[in-house]
Amino acid sequence: MAILLIVFSGFALSLLAPWLTQPLGKAAGWVFALVPVGIVAGLATYTGAIAAGETVSVSYDWISITAFDVTLSFYLDGLSLFFGLLVSGVGALIYVYGGGYLEKHHHLGRFFSYLSMFMAAMMGMVLADNLLTFYIFFELTSFASFMLIGFNHDNAGSRRSAWQALLVTKAGGLAMLIGFLLIHQVTGTMQISEIIQMGGLITGSEFYLAILLLVLGGAFTKSAQFPFYFWLPNAMKAPTPVSAYLHSATMVKAGIYVLARLHPALSGTPEWIAIVTGFGAVTMLMSAWLALQYTDMKGILAYTTVMALGLLTMMLGVGSEIAIKACMLFVLVHALYKASLFMIAGAVDHGIHERDVTKLGGLRHAMPITAGAAVLAGLSMAGLPPFFGFIGKEIVYEAALNGGVAETLLAVTSLLANIALVAGAGLLVARPFFGKPTAIAKKAHAAPVSLYIGPVVLAGLGLALGLFPGPFGELFLLPAVAAVTGEPVEFSLYLWHGFTIELAMSVVTVAAGVGLYLGWDAMRRTVAARGFERWLGTGLDRGYDHTINGILAFGKWQTRLLQNGYLRNYMTTILSVGVVLIAVSYIRGGLFAWPAEAMGPIELHEWVLSALILGSALGTILFTSRLSAIAALGIAGFSIALMYLSFGAPDLAKTQFLVETLTVILFVLVLVRLPNLKEPASRTGKARDAIIALSVGALMTLLMLAALRLPFDSNMATYYAQNTYTLGEGRNIVNTILVDFRALDTFGEIAVLLVAGFGIYALLVLGRKDDDDAPADDDPSRPDISTPVSTTETA
Amino acid sequence: MSSHLFIILPIVIPFTVAVVTLLLRKAPQIQQWVNLTGMLALMAVSVNLLWLVHVDGIQATTFGGWAAPFGITFVADHLAAIMVLSGALMGLAISLYGMAEMDKERIAFGYYPFMNMLMAGVIGAYMTGDLFNLYVWFEVLLIASFVLMALGNTREQLTADIKYVAINLVSSLLFLGGVGLIYGITGSLNMAEISLLLAEVESPALITTIAMLFIISFGIKSAIFPLYFWLPASYHTPPPTIMALFAGLLTKVGVYALIRVFTLFFTYDVGYTHTLLLWIAGFTMVSGVLGAAIQTDFRRILSFHIVSQIGYMIMGLALFTPVALVGAIFYIVHNQLAKTNLFLISGLANRLEGTFTLKKLGGLYAVYPGLAVLFVISSFALAGFPPLTGFWGKLVLAIGALETQEYIILAVALLVGMMTMFSMAKIWMYGFMPGTESNRANATSDDHTLLGMGNGASGTPYVTSPVMMYIPIVLVALLIVAASVFFGPVYTITEQAALELLDPSLYIDAVLNP
Repeated sequence: MAILLIVFSGFALSLLAPWLTQPLGKAAGWVFALVPVGIVAGLATYTGAIAAGETVSVSYDWISITAFDVTLSFYLDGLSLFFGLLVSGVGALIYVYGGGYLEKHHHLGRFFSYLSMFMAAMMGMVLADNLLTFYIFFELTSFASFMLIGFNHDNAGSRRSAWQALLVTKAGGLAMLIGFLLIHQVTGTMQISEIIQMGGLITGSEFYLAILLLVLGGAFTKSAQFPFYFWLPNAMKAPTPVSAYLHSATMVKAGIYVLARLHPALSGTPEWIAIVTGFGAVTMLMSAWLALQYTDMKGILAYTTVMALGLLTMMLGVGSEIAIKACMLFVLVHALYKASLFMIAGAVDHGIHERDVTKLGGLRHAMPITAGAAVLAGLSMAGLPPFFGFIGKEIVYEAALNGGVAETLLAVTSLLANIALVAGAGLLVARPFFGKPTAIAKKAHAAPVSLYIGPVVLAGLGLALGLFPGPFGELFLLPAVAAVTGEPVEFSLYLWHGFTIELAMSVVTVAAGVGLYLGWDAMRRTVAARGFERWLGTGLDRGYDHTINGILAFGKWQTRLLQNGYLRNYMTTILSVGVVLIAVSYIRGGLFAWPAEAMGPIELHEWVLSALILGSALGTILFTSRLSAIAALGIAGFSIALMYLSFGAPDLAKTQFLVETLTVILFVLVLVRLPNLKEPASRTGKARDAIIALSVGALMTLLMLAALRLPFDSNMATYYAQNTYTLGEGRNIVNTILVDFRALDTFGEIAVLLVAGFGIYALLVLGRKDDDDAPADDDPSRPDISTPVSTTETA
Repeated sequence: MSSHLFIILPIVIPFTVAVVTLLLRKAPQIQQWVNLTGMLALMAVSVNLLWLVHVDGIQATTFGGWAAPFGITFVADHLAAIMVLSGALMGLAISLYGMAEMDKERIAFGYYPFMNMLMAGVIGAYMTGDLFNLYVWFEVLLIASFVLMALGNTREQLTADIKYVAINLVSSLLFLGGVGLIYGITGSLNMAEISLLLAEVESPALITTIAMLFIISFGIKSAIFPLYFWLPASYHTPPPTIMALFAGLLTKVGVYALIRVFTLFFTYDVGYTHTLLLWIAGFTMVSGVLGAAIQTDFRRILSFHIVSQIGYMIMGLALFTPVALVGAIFYIVHNQLAKTNLFLISGLANRLEGTFTLKKLGGLYAVYPGLAVLFVISSFALAGFPPLTGFWGKLVLAIGALETQEYIILAVALLVGMMTMFSMAKIWMYGFMPGTESNRANATSDDHTLLGMGNGASGTPYVTSPVMMYIPIVLVALLIVAASVFFGPVYTITEQAALELLDPSLYIDAVLNP
């Protein structure tokens, strides 16, 4: 029950927030923050049990059908507890911060609603124990993120970014879903806690590679790995509280969580190690240096976030105990400094509407508390002792050196990435807050408490955990690592590791990073640096546009081709398709044979009638005068009726005579008032139409002949013939069928006539609207399609 | 009350309403209430019918006391009962909506009789167990839809209607040819008996070839690739109420007919016929969604999407497993709910803003948050976003494809799902998001539309408040949510339909050995 409350309280808040925000006023953020605080408290009660190696699971039936079971089952172990606390803990601070940041925004209620939905979805996801439940929450985070990124709905950039993030993560999500279904097929269960117990089953199955690639598709898009990371920097169009929460600490870690959660079931194979480590390392290195190409604080923060995600992925790829330890540790290290720095960047932006580090400087005078928090967060980011980031970096180096996977390569890659990270920290902290105040910085004033409490708490935690890492290691890190590796682990956390090779690498990192920071202005302007950014930064984003525009161009082409506005072409297509399908089936079935026995001897009058029917049908087509065409049509009809007569069906013939007479009269009354027919346009057009018409006729004839070859024995016909007089009390079979045996058909046809009659009346009397100038939408000159709209709409 | 009555009441009610509203020509406002009463009654009867079928199995009755296979049979199996129920639901929602949207002129010229005739035709097609009678019901629903589409007489409507009529006549002709051939080889029109007799026909290849006629004929009606032309050419021309009615009912009858004949008749060369259907399904999805992605008009996006979504239903039929058929049937119902609601929303947006053009709409998100929520529910359901109905539909179909190892169609279905998301988001991006309360692109007032400026609608309805239009939209949105949350029971009922389809002897027994 407590776990249900933990998951669903956020959804409840999401529904209530739009109505509560207005009455609560300035206090809204603080009040709403009580929900995540409650969640933290609720989760904290499980800490002892989880640390002792227990797990908690609850399960409620939801959808139980033959194809699959979707249970509302939740599973609390070291990993889910760790992430759950992270999500709700940072979440509480974001409520407060967001309330302050968007205080005057008229859609603040909606903001809290989306934020709550997001938090609840994250909680649901990290706790879910059923693959489909997991997937549902996973996608709900994408949805909430879509709403949050597009929060500034009147800004074209926001809209585009929201759309892009949705499409990229949704595409990956779909791949992951299929991966999950395959896992279900292989293991026979949807329960994650069971699946992670049967690792060998999946890695050994024929579907393993497919499962791996599909699941990675979901994880890599969500966690912004190369080559999908372009959506994340774009998502910085979201209000800063959103960036701080979703795109640093939580949502983007959802992909990491997937990999960690399924690690026991999927990892350890050469494919896993090569792909996951490889993509992680490339992402890490590339984005760390890309970050230095930006002057916007949020740009730098975005790319360093991608860097962190790459590092985490790489560590999961390596997969050894030490690597997992580094991964889990770095999740927290990163969340603490990154969320603080985002909030700090937001506070600066909020005060003076400027985030460009080249235009900022000396802010420490005006914003002392914020500056203090920035220093703490920045030092942790740069990995200096005694901060938590230092421990994180040391263990990352240790894991790279001792992970058992391409040690030298990974160590060098990590070193290079961390050097850039140090420079990035300098840009985010030293540059805006120190030095001489710039013109714009002079306008700054101290941030309100709601805007600094978050950074202060988180950055302060970064220092506290650096100084006293022990309890955290025992209570949270150990169980989390054990859950990911799938077996119990034993280690302790220390700030000081002694004089090791990792320490030497740290020294090199910091020294080189500081050097890079000092030379930054010159470096970022070099041709190489710019080209790097153009190809791998905005280049992938352009690739996205090209893909979308390419699809749209193809769509436009095919739609113009098919939906071209000409009824003639539509008919041609329909009949041609019919001819091809029937002809292929006919030939494939070997149906052709001359139905000698069905034909019998042909009498003279039958030849005559046949010639009449064919001749008049031809006449109907060839005559240019409508009257002659109608007359020809009438002859065909009457000849057919005569044919019925000659086969001994006088009732049917009589009906046909009446119908034909009426048809001809009506046609004459209506059609002769129209102008004479025009010749069809071209000779080829005529030839094509003739071929299609003859094919249709020929095929129908062949089909009929094939049907005639089979013996005909109809219960129904015999029954009608026998019972018309006795039971139906009629003398004419056709009449009796129409009004008695099958009266419902006649009833329906009467309805048709009724509707047709009243319809014509309505059409005539309601009057033609005089809108001849209005464009006819399906007119060929105005094909019913419009120019493709690029997603790169400009404001 | 006898179950026979419940089998025929679903067509008796709309017929009665049609006649009564026709007689009440001079009292249009009373017509509205008669119609609404009829729809409520139909709804109740349909629920009862499904319940009856679910509890007592397939129900059948014949007209005029002529026993099957000689008289005309009506059969209610799970599939038919589900279709009748969801059709009745559409009728009810659209009737509520129409009270605030349908203009006085169209009501005066027979909107209600025509609409009820359409309903009767659709329901007759679902229920009949006689192949020729099916043709008759198609005629009824087509003539009613011809008139409804043209009602209003704008040039736009008439050009569209000509294409619609002409193409559908070809479809009817091919259908009639098919009926003739089937009669020629089996000597029967009773569908149960045909199913029985086809098994004895010496030439399965002939049956398969005749099946092609049905693919083309019903394919036109259900708007599959490459036969769908009439749909995008016409659906955006009538007023939103009629658009929604068509979207909810017309193509679905075609799909229903395809499902019926390709489970009851044409199962002798599944490797050929159903593989062909699978290809058709894939192309229909892709072609439709590409057509939708490039549109900039709310209604046109939705129209092309109908085509695309038909592909998913055909896919379920083509895979031909219990799970896949559940997917197909569930998808029909899901699509009726979601798509119809989106059409209703487009009409409401048009009422509020006076346009269907996305770029001119704008500002809906800022000004009408309620409408935005309703749109999000319906459109994300359509796009298959979890946990809404479209997700469950696609999930079930995906499982069907995995089971049969049809990976290509699976990939196509997922990519098309992405494109659906793309174009639903496009409506959101252009029609809802841009603009704030103060700087809306198109700050029209309500009466602007009511004076006839709005596209499609040509006059004033009796209820002028748009609030009335919200009621059915909210209702359908709630149903979408309910069907999503209670997908378990919905699946279980639908599964019965699929199992019945895969075992035709149940249907045959119910009809021939009552």
